[in-house]
Amino acid sequence: MKETGQLVADPDDPRLEPYARNPEAAERVVAASFIVGILCLAAFGAAYWQAASEPYLGGFMAGGMFALGFGFTAWGKYLMPRGPFEEARHSLARPEPERAAFQAAIVDRGAVAIGRRPFLVKLLGVAGGIAGVVMMFPLLRSLGPLPKHSMFTTGWKRGSRLVTARGRPIKADDLEVGGIITVFPEGHEGSAQDQTLLIRVADSAITTRPGRETWGPAGYLAYSKICTHAGCPVGLYEEETEQLLCPCHQSLFNVLDAATPVFGPAPRPLPQLPLMIDRDGYIRSQSGYLVPVGPGFWER
Amino acid sequence: MSSETPVEDSSPNPRVEAARSSMTRRREGRLAAGGLPGMPRRGARSKRSNQSIMDQALGWVDDRLGVSSGRSLVDKIFPDHWSFMLGEIALYSFVVLVATGIFLSLYFDPSSANVVYHGVYKPLRGQTMGVNYASTINISFAVRFGLVMRQTHHWAADVFVGAIAIHMCRIFFTGAFRKPRELNWAVGVTLLILAIVNGFIGYSLPGDLISGTGLRIMYSIMLSIPVIGTYLAFFVFGGRYPGNGVIIPRLFILHVFVVPLIIAALIGAHLYFLVRQKHTQFPGKGRREDNVVGSPMWPNFMFKTMGFQLMVTGVLLALGAFFEINPIWKFGPYLPYKVSYAVQPDWYMGWLDGALRLMPSWEFVGFGHTIPLEITIPGVIMPGLTFALFYAWPFLEARFTGDHAMHHLLDRPRDRPLRTAVGGGALAFYFVLFAASSTDVTANFLHLSLNLVLWSFRILLIVLPFVVGFVTYQVCLELMKVPDSGKRHRAMIVERSAEGEYHGYSAEARPGDGAEELEPEEVPTYLPVDELVGVGAANEETEATSKGVRQAPR
Repeated sequence: MKETGQLVADPDDPRLEPYARNPEAAERVVAASFIVGILCLAAFGAAYWQAASEPYLGGFMAGGMFALGFGFTAWGKYLMPRGPFEEARHSLARPEPERAAFQAAIVDRGAVAIGRRPFLVKLLGVAGGIAGVVMMFPLLRSLGPLPKHSMFTTGWKRGSRLVTARGRPIKADDLEVGGIITVFPEGHEGSAQDQTLLIRVADSAITTRPGRETWGPAGYLAYSKICTHAGCPVGLYEEETEQLLCPCHQSLFNVLDAATPVFGPAPRPLPQLPLMIDRDGYIRSQSGYLVPVGPGFWER
Repeated sequence: MSSETPVEDSSPNPRVEAARSSMTRRREGRLAAGGLPGMPRRGARSKRSNQSIMDQALGWVDDRLGVSSGRSLVDKIFPDHWSFMLGEIALYSFVVLVATGIFLSLYFDPSSANVVYHGVYKPLRGQTMGVNYASTINISFAVRFGLVMRQTHHWAADVFVGAIAIHMCRIFFTGAFRKPRELNWAVGVTLLILAIVNGFIGYSLPGDLISGTGLRIMYSIMLSIPVIGTYLAFFVFGGRYPGNGVIIPRLFILHVFVVPLIIAALIGAHLYFLVRQKHTQFPGKGRREDNVVGSPMWPNFMFKTMGFQLMVTGVLLALGAFFEINPIWKFGPYLPYKVSYAVQPDWYMGWLDGALRLMPSWEFVGFGHTIPLEITIPGVIMPGLTFALFYAWPFLEARFTGDHAMHHLLDRPRDRPLRTAVGGGALAFYFVLFAASSTDVTANFLHLSLNLVLWSFRILLIVLPFVVGFVTYQVCLELMKVPDSGKRHRAMIVERSAEGEYHGYSAEARPGDGAEELEPEEVPTYLPVDELVGVGAANEETEATSKGVRQAPR
């Protein structure tokens, strides 16, 4: 390799020729690109001034940028010395004596200067460890409350009246058979964990699980709307098949059979809310949910 | 001839000499009509004074910072191969992301407090929505150039992750990750993870129906981690989902400050390693382990790459101007009890979404605890293993091949059939997962039952990687038997004379052919501009031929 420095190229060196076989044409192309770019940018300015619609603004800006860039790149590629040029690649690893000296400077010097105070080193280790641990406390603990029992509860209590998202109470004759509506416990309208689907089905079709005989008065069934898979709202009801579909990952739940999953990745039925109808005809919950709603978690 | 009077060439410090003599010359009028080597005679007056200002400026900086030691950076060689520009696409998308992101941050309000919308977009007037959603609607309709900026930002994010992924494939299949570049591979994998994370956070911010659903799923994935999951989800979201309104401000500061800062720092490290270790290159004439062949940083590469930055910007702006993306005003504001049909995330989250769909419902219940494996495996373990394998691959490969040597020359993928087959199989695996994120749409479109589609994808997920791997392996073996295939040949022209005699000769060189045949040389310091006629028309001393090919006046 020659030494880098003051190399003057030989004018006859074919590496200094432009890459383009026809540099004049290439220069014309570059010039045309630049002109198009300039015009587009000017047009952008005018369009912005005149409050043109967004596609015009974006289109002119895009065209200006692209045309300038195209010219720039073509200049660099076709009109500059084509090479090939090279540079030497030297080993990054230093010669052994230098490396040994570097290692010694860090390791040996440290071992002597620091290692002779083993008690202080241990204290420093303890301090570093404890700092690392306690500094995590505010970083984590202050971010949110502890879960405690909150994953096991919802806003549904014994006797909660079923209301719509806007707070209108549901009466026993509000829904036709085949009707479906999202309900909340009164006072918790719109709440994420309390969202519940109220479905009215033909009374005879229901497969009643033992212990749930009184949960579905007048064909009304209420299930948590939170998918037991990943927590999406189970928003699609297919009336013909009496199935609930989660649009996120396609879990299917059989409404007539305690919302058992019949297809897809959901592992558990949607929890069922026991209902009753009060003397005034309003639908109320007999109690809250008996199992945690939503996806699985460790403490469940 | 200017190069025949190189007074400066013998002086110990040519830069100083050059500056001094050019100043002298200015004082003494146009004494040195020949100019310095490398200085143009044409238009000499204006150019010379320009150069002297540049010389003085560089001298001024050099006195203070010693920048002349950076000469090797100016001469740094960049290999001329198209595949090296994939990383540049990623880099320039990031630049566009930062620029458009700054614009958006001037208008976006990261608060999920409720407001009633009274803006210019009529269909939403009177609706209650989050401030974040309202301000994003505002950017889209009330801020001039806002919609293009927003859509360009979104497109740039999609292109950013895509360019990283394709760039990573290039690195993988050509073996560029081998010693000494394992560290830079690890930096690159980290950048891929951060790009995906920040992309997800970014499209969660506007508070539309789809992004809120995405956050809900992310909460469930955190919840599914054994032992710490519930605590982690509570701490990140500030309580039980949807938390107490802190998640959007938290995601915002991660999205606009913390993650981009780490990405920028890692890009710096990525490029620092690249300069320090120099580029890899494909084998070829004059290309060896101990050199790099290509074009110099200044001016060739700077022109090409700055132009490329502008072109990438132009394409992203065109996407943002003409192709609607994430039209949040059509989705409506997020309400926890609402959901829309055909919910799909951005493409780079598709493999995770598909995995969630394909996983059977294997919840583990026992010992008083629940592990929702139907979430934990596709949402936590699978991506964790994926990225762990990415990080470990250079070391795994070195261990299995026993190859611990330095490598600066790249492999052709066919020459490493096993690696290529493994890479092909892995790509097939992730592609099936990605495609599976549209099971519902596929079933509807093909009028098939969801069950059939689901099981087809499950079987494909297991079978296809092996099929693709096997076929790739066989193709590599076949290609290895034809060592020249895929290389550029001069065309052969065969002529038949009137007598019926056949006569063959090589066709004229196409652009680039000639350069391949030359031996590489070091980048010269001075170009003899008077003799090197770049463009015929620009110089009166040139006799441009009819084809315009350069002719030296000798």
